Amino acid sequence: MDPIIILQAGVASGTVLLFATIGEIFSERSGVLNLGVEGMMLIGAMSAFSTAVATGNPWLGMIVAMIAAGLLSQVHAFITINLQADQVVSGLSLTFLGTGLSLVLGEGLSKAGTISMLPVFSIPLLSQIPFIGAVLFTRQSILVYFGYLLIPLAWYYINRTRPGLHLRAVGEYPAAADALGISVYRLRYFYVFIGGVFAGLAGATISLAISPGWFSEMTTSGQGWIAVGLVIFSQWDPWRAAFGAYIFGALRRLILDIQGPMILFGINNPFFYNPYWGFFLQMLPYAFTIIVLVIGSREAVRKRLGAPAALGLPYIRGERGL
Amino acid sequence: MGKVMKMKSPTSWNPFHYRIRFEKRLQDPPRWYPFVLSFGAIVLALVLGGLVIAQAGGNPFRSYAHIARASFGNLGVFSDTLVKATPLILVGLACSIAFRMRLWNIGAEGQFYLGAFGASYVVLRPWLPPETSAWIFIPVMILAGLIAGALWGFVPGFLKARYNVNEIISSLMMNYIAVAWNNYFIYAVWSEGGFQMSRMFPRTAWLPRLADYATQVPVFRGLTVHLGLIIGIIAAVVLWVIIYRSRWGYEIRLIGDNPQAAKYAGINITRNTIFVMMLSGALAGLAGVSEISGVVHRLQGSISPGYGFTGIIVAWLAKLNPFAVILVSVLFGALILAGREIQPSGIPKMIQGIILVCLIASDFLLRYRVRIINLQEEA
Repeated sequence: MDPIIILQAGVASGTVLLFATIGEIFSERSGVLNLGVEGMMLIGAMSAFSTAVATGNPWLGMIVAMIAAGLLSQVHAFITINLQADQVVSGLSLTFLGTGLSLVLGEGLSKAGTISMLPVFSIPLLSQIPFIGAVLFTRQSILVYFGYLLIPLAWYYINRTRPGLHLRAVGEYPAAADALGISVYRLRYFYVFIGGVFAGLAGATISLAISPGWFSEMTTSGQGWIAVGLVIFSQWDPWRAAFGAYIFGALRRLILDIQGPMILFGINNPFFYNPYWGFFLQMLPYAFTIIVLVIGSREAVRKRLGAPAALGLPYIRGERGL
Repeated sequence: MGKVMKMKSPTSWNPFHYRIRFEKRLQDPPRWYPFVLSFGAIVLALVLGGLVIAQAGGNPFRSYAHIARASFGNLGVFSDTLVKATPLILVGLACSIAFRMRLWNIGAEGQFYLGAFGASYVVLRPWLPPETSAWIFIPVMILAGLIAGALWGFVPGFLKARYNVNEIISSLMMNYIAVAWNNYFIYAVWSEGGFQMSRMFPRTAWLPRLADYATQVPVFRGLTVHLGLIIGIIAAVVLWVIIYRSRWGYEIRLIGDNPQAAKYAGINITRNTIFVMMLSGALAGLAGVSEISGVVHRLQGSISPGYGFTGIIVAWLAKLNPFAVILVSVLFGALILAGREIQPSGIPKMIQGIILVCLIASDFLLRYRVRIINLQEEA
């Protein structure tokens, strides 16, 4: 129950949610709601692990995971952008598809052996900072450090660059973007792909770095859905997404650790003496997601901001047909 | 001048003299068309699934032949198929009533678990002594399951109506909570002899099966079809009447088709959101009751191979029509029944996913028609 260890591990497992959430922010900012995050993460985790087992190279596994999940996301892109199907139903079906595919292709993979993990290291100097250094910069996976870089980069890209402006335009007012000569379809395809790539990276982060291995559906255990919830909480902002993701990561770790010690805060630890109460602890991340959704939704109403205006709506250009 | 423009148009380099064009349908397609389309989507899905199976080192023909034989091969296995179809009918109905209002209840799995919990609570708490007559036992269990499922549906419905919380995520999160909730009772409270299951229910708490009447009707010997199937069919009829023949059903359909118009018509969307989610949860809970007292006869962990999620596909494939839900459920019951023995074990889930993707994609052809245009004629 060392708070530093909990936060350190929380940042590590929060990185999974961070990647998935930021990927989904890109997709939703372009106006495409993709509920297939869970499926894409499973495909990513499965293909990353199987590639790493087969080749011995976790980097290759990571790249394959990103490509595989990115390709899967294009099924959703085609169905919602070209075929103008309901994004909710299509995203749901993508989760089914991704889950089923990863189960079939990952058959027997759970006993496939061990892999060499992605490098884990401490950052010199920064790791010397008291507390923060120990939590953020000591013995973390390289992907965790990449996560730190991704947050400001994603924010800068969305809010301060020209392509980011186009991204927001396509998600807020596609007809106007179209009139300016921005290809709505192409950009939406691209950002759905980006969302898939990051979901795949999130899956690879699980199977190559955080808890290596393939445990069929339990590999992600609903984290893809939590990420979709975090996007709403984050109000489509990478900084708030990071905040939520790391809190969730710490919560997951806290639930594991709280059952360990016999004495907790000077009293007999009830979770140690009633191990079955652990089932109620297991509910916490999911109950917390619902609470976070209530907070996010209320705030959206109060501040009169919220989802990109065109989120969930297909764009059909005048008489162009397809 | 016109000729030059034609040269520059992208069709001019087309080596074929034909081009496919999609045009928006101006009138509704014939009645048979959606069914043919869905059938075509399933065939396409099976072909695609076969390719993946072959890729994963299996034999798709053997897999499919096995599914057909193991689910429709004789009366005995067909009865087992119907047993698997029973919870799917109820869950499919649960999803279709919610989807009709465009409420995406994907928490049917959790509501199913809670329904099973509610029924078990009556037996194991125990509310009713084991020697209670089945005529009292079964209705009370059904009532408890309906209430428990409705409560589980109430939470996302209320949050949606009151705080505009996305019901997809909240209802899905409730699934995980439901599983942990049941596990607590299975492991800690009702565990029998340290096993992760409760004690067996008394016979009076079992839904009657056809096999129970084998002494009177010898053909019924070994047939596992239970009362739940009848309950499912009754529920389908009731739901059909609600949706198509009642004022409430009209309100639900209007909200689903055009929420703005419904609002101007003075329909209370808040109340309907909560009620429909509760009805949906109650139906999914009923599926849990039927499964727990018709098949499993005790509370344990793995009571559902994802019925709640398959119900979503069933509802969509049935185009939200209660009677079509029954037919589609039988097909998917076969897939689940046969799928238990197929390797790799993920195949049924994958095929379900592919079917859903193909179905959604095929809906495009309901709204658009394909035309093949002869470019030379047009020129």
